[in-house]
Amino acid sequence: MDVRLYLAQRISAALMLPLVAVHILVVLYAVGEGLTAAEILARTRGSLYWALFYGLFVAAAAIHAAIGVRSVAREWTPLRGRTLDYGAIGFGVILALLGARAVAAVVL
Amino acid sequence: MRAHRKATLWLAALVHRISGLLLAVFLPVHFLALGLAIEGEAKLESFLRWSENPWVKLAEMGLVFLLTVHLLGGARLLVLENFPWRDWQKTLAAIAAGVATLIAFGFLFRAV
Repeated sequence: MDVRLYLAQRISAALMLPLVAVHILVVLYAVGEGLTAAEILARTRGSLYWALFYGLFVAAAAIHAAIGVRSVAREWTPLRGRTLDYGAIGFGVILALLGARAVAAVVL
Repeated sequence: MRAHRKATLWLAALVHRISGLLLAVFLPVHFLALGLAIEGEAKLESFLRWSENPWVKLAEMGLVFLLTVHLLGGARLLVLENFPWRDWQKTLAAIAAGVATLIAFGFLFRAV
């Protein structure tokens, strides 16, 4: 794997360690309280902290997932070269856009 | 089955890969579901009521397991790559699987 991709994969992973841990705790807490749209949105709407938290999370996850899927596709499928690279970039961009939209939906 | 495929750490690598792939497939769906809030609280609420179906809850439990096992497996990899090798790293893989299972069941107990 390209050294830059390897580093981006590891840095995004290290960044997400605390983010995922907090996310799992929030999931466990929220589901125990009875998951409702009102409860979720009351927590997130207008919150700069959650906006930053999930904004960073989405960016790191989009990079991490795109590189991860590229690595697996390279080993387990015949995809190579540009098809592989553009496919991975496309997947990362779609994740980033959908993720940004989701963050906007719950914090704005 | 080839001998190396019986190794704990080979299994840990496979679990990390499969859990990562499944999470990558789930992520766009997760984002689209949250994006429903753009169309209003009611839209998100009706989705959440649908998600109360026991089969959906069971699938969510699976997702919590995948996320936790990928998190802990990833933490194990970062330790492996950045610190000297230790024999207890096999134990870390087993702990990752155990904790992920506990968290997943914890989710189910909180959800029902």
